[in-house]
Amino acid sequence: MAGNFRLFNFAAPSRFYALSGALIPWFWGVAVVLAAIGLYMGFFVAPTDATQGDAYRIIFIHVPAAWMSMVLYLVMAGWAGVGWAFKARLASMVARAIAPTGAMFAFLALWSGAFWGKPTWGTWWVWDARITSELILLFLYLGYIALVEAIDDVRRADNAGALLALVGAINVPIIYFSVKWWNTLHQGASISMTAAPKMASTMVTAMLVMTFACWAYAFAVVFMRTRAIILEREQHADWVGKLVNPGAQA
Amino acid sequence: MNWHSGAEFFAMGGYGLYVWGSYGVAAVLMFAEPWLVSRRHLRARQEAAHAGPEAE
Repeated sequence: MAGNFRLFNFAAPSRFYALSGALIPWFWGVAVVLAAIGLYMGFFVAPTDATQGDAYRIIFIHVPAAWMSMVLYLVMAGWAGVGWAFKARLASMVARAIAPTGAMFAFLALWSGAFWGKPTWGTWWVWDARITSELILLFLYLGYIALVEAIDDVRRADNAGALLALVGAINVPIIYFSVKWWNTLHQGASISMTAAPKMASTMVTAMLVMTFACWAYAFAVVFMRTRAIILEREQHADWVGKLVNPGAQA
Repeated sequence: MNWHSGAEFFAMGGYGLYVWGSYGVAAVLMFAEPWLVSRRHLRARQEAAHAGPEAE
């Protein structure tokens, strides 16, 4: 069996630390360039909406943030599960590194949603299926963070967190399909694989560019946090000693 | 071009509070998060430099 897991040897924290360190500046570069293009398109190229006026421009941050919050949750649960099932240390560290960023995007989706709901629906908040399930997603992120931080034994904390993350993953399809399954105040899907977009093409393009910018941002910041976690956990390892005290002899 | 002046741009057709309230918080969070993470990374490096190799 051991031979099957050489892939995880390759994903040793020391190698990941070096590789991600080289990639992070590129992800930041891509994030900044795409955000600049996306915001320019969203504010200067995309026309004012006929019914919502300029309030609709919140879509360019709201939809990418909401998508990221859902995708990042699934990625987090996936890596937490891999870390649990295969005792892959790096996978568990990546899962922990994703949680705060996912929580940030979930909060941003709710916040920008409130600021969009007020002018268009007349209310900051409504206990609608889409919004309530997104709030539960935020609580799942916070619960995961609180749980893993509360348990001192790192291995046990990772495993308990993985269980919570995997069980909570059922919430993601509920969020996604909530606008179909229930009568919600929230509008239906903005982008569908089966139907032509209902928005102007410049609006769709700006939204997709902003989504890719958020992806690049998420990669950059999650890699940065993973590197910090690696150093925290492996501070006694030889390679870390050589990294932080390059002159010292072992 | 959608806007004829800077004031018109900031007014966002009367929805300035909502549009900038959303993007402002997004900007604050997306600057604060990497800043906090890089501080955590620096702290981890310093602690590792202090910790040294594990006594066996």
